[in-house]
Amino acid sequence: MYHYDDYDRSIVSARVKQFRGQTGRFLAGKLSEDEFRPLRLQNGLYIQRHGPMLRIAIPYGQLSSAQLRTLASIARDFDRDVGHFTTRQNMQLNWVKLPEVPDILERLANAEMHAIQTSGNCIRNITSDPFSGVAGDEIADPRPWAEILRQWSTFHPEFAYLPRKFKVAISGATEDRAAIQVHDLGLQLVKNEAGELGFTVYAGGGLGRTPLIGQKIRDFLPWQHLLTYSEALVRIYNRYGRRDNMYKARIKILVKALGSAEFARQVEAEWAYLKDGPQTLTAAEVERVAMQFAPPRYARLAAENLTHLVDQHGEKAFARWVERNVKPHKVPGYAAVTLSLKQPGRAPGDATSAQMYAAADLADRFSFGEIRVTHEQNLVLADVEQRELHTLWQQAKAAGLASANIGLLADMIVCPGGDFCSLANAKSLPIAAAVQERFADLDYLFDIGNLALNISGCMNSCGHHHLGAIGILGVDKHGEEWYQITLGGTQGNAARIGEVIGRSFAAAEVPDVIERLVAVYLSHRHAGEEFNETLARIGLEPFRAAAYRKDAEIGEPAYA
Amino acid sequence: MPEQLIQNGRLVADRWQRLEMSEDADLGALSAAPILLPASLWCARRDQLLARTGEIGVSLAPGFPLESLAEDIGRFSLIAVEFPKFADGRGYSTASLLRQRYGYRGELRAVGDVGRDQMFYLQRVGFNAFLIPEGRDAEDALQGLTDFPDTYQGAADQPLPLFRRRAV
Ligand code: SF4
Repeated sequence: MYHYDDYDRSIVSARVKQFRGQTGRFLAGKLSEDEFRPLRLQNGLYIQRHGPMLRIAIPYGQLSSAQLRTLASIARDFDRDVGHFTTRQNMQLNWVKLPEVPDILERLANAEMHAIQTSGNCIRNITSDPFSGVAGDEIADPRPWAEILRQWSTFHPEFAYLPRKFKVAISGATEDRAAIQVHDLGLQLVKNEAGELGFTVYAGGGLGRTPLIGQKIRDFLPWQHLLTYSEALVRIYNRYGRRDNMYKARIKILVKALGSAEFARQVEAEWAYLKDGPQTLTAAEVERVAMQFAPPRYARLAAENLTHLVDQHGEKAFARWVERNVKPHKVPGYAAVTLSLKQPGRAPGDATSAQMYAAADLADRFSFGEIRVTHEQNLVLADVEQRELHTLWQQAKAAGLASANIGLLADMIVCPGGDFCSLANAKSLPIAAAVQERFADLDYLFDIGNLALNISGCMNSCGHHHLGAIGILGVDKHGEEWYQITLGGTQGNAARIGEVIGRSFAAAEVPDVIERLVAVYLSHRHAGEEFNETLARIGLEPFRAAAYRKDAEIGEPAYA
Repeated sequence: MPEQLIQNGRLVADRWQRLEMSEDADLGALSAAPILLPASLWCARRDQLLARTGEIGVSLAPGFPLESLAEDIGRFSLIAVEFPKFADGRGYSTASLLRQRYGYRGELRAVGDVGRDQMFYLQRVGFNAFLIPEGRDAEDALQGLTDFPDTYQGAADQPLPLFRRRAV
């Protein structure tokens, strides 16, 4: 865990004071709404359907148990006892009151947290792999680099008023679990032939109205140059990104318009001036930051045979949880455990204050007091002793955090949608709930196996619907809420944007349509084949035909 | 509140005459007093303006191609960077480049939609003068210069990032 020193503390406290002043001036009528908007946005404060929404940064998804308790206490004292974890590893509160926000920020600052640059046209919270430091396929731990980038981008004076928001993700493993190819800037840690560490750089990825996969613009950037190169890249964007149309203002449009080769050439030309300048990283600085992410004091344990462990207990529910929610760990005798925030009857990604307190306690008891947030909107205890798994499972179950559904259809990624978000075209939570209900049977879910279902309430794509094997997008048709379905989206190394199957559906039809799509998959799949593999083999047509079939028996129109 | 000029942390009177001239204007009538011209006019009428004695400043619109002035930067004792809307942040890169790449040392003035809440960043990228528009409080704006006690990244005002200055 990175801990603030006096510099970090004084900078973050100054921000609280600054925002308290700005809020005061706004409330006193000395700042207009237009003047205040970008200021509050750069502190994570939106004005939403029910009033202000506050987005709190969880840098690269890492929390201490004390920080999670702080989040729980804030949800309890300033909101309605619930927080929503987002696809960018942040937490949102939907019911805060504007005059209280400075107090919330102060409480965050006391726990070494903030809401800086979680919104607005600036460099946003840097996201990363929730299994960093523990995954077996790790080339290097991405967290120190994410922290170094966090500091560089925090209050960067040149980049506070970019054409549009700018999102950075970084992965240190061979399997990309940070969706780096759908970020404005995606960084992949790699080693070159000489064994030196550096980054492969991708730019111009993103979802939204114009979904695009990021383009590789540099094969190998030696680590020393991370900041100077990033500065060159963002400067090119700041100077030449479009500002005439907010839908064309993301860097992806610039990269596409110039072509990735020309964009890369411009970045290199700019970088030539900055390279080897004072912002060149030093081994001492990297070491200072990396030390804070040193591995915890693992016990020397023998690796358990999980099958035996599960058999020993003879409980099907435990066996299922181990199968879905427990991931291997690079240290023998340890496992990484996902606490699911996807339960029937709850909005995906939501956690009550009680659950946050419980998760913090679990982190203290089982995982060195640390916890991570995933972009799939779950929590992870990264360092659990295998022999404690059963005890952990029992306690997590008592807290409602042990749904055995990671990677299954029920583990949907869902944005807050029309219930909360003022940008929404349609609600996403009731759709998620209806689909959850339709697929409530665990045997059925397990039979279907891995299946990513993602839902966004509008083109902004916060629910990453383009990346779902099944994606659902809320669209507005003459003031009514409709849902468009895409198939075949994939996140990770082979990131791919899903394909629209055709005309959109009314809300009431969605669960049926999903069920039919799944039925097509089940009837066609070969042994061991996942949804997207079957889709690739048999094509979209059988799915389309099933989705739009008029079902005479039920007598309902399947499309509109 | 009328328009006010802050220069090096103080309120001062503006000694520059601002000229809104078209590119085919008659330049013969210009006095020797310091004049601030649109940079596009400088580019279009460079030879005639070079013949004139007296200080010249140029004012850069947000998309102005700074590179086209590279040769002439040393001739100006004022460069104004325009912010028609404060949310258009191109001028921050312009200022960084002027200070850090082209070595411009004269007055660098932020003009337009600027106020207290932009001051800190503007100062960091190298502005040392701020034209606070009518209706905004320049005294209040001055407060913005001290919003933060320290900074992480290098910029024109302090090229060394914190990691090269951090006392450990
Ligand atoms: S996808 Fe649209 S509706 Fe959903 S949270 Fe994002 S902006 Fe709001």
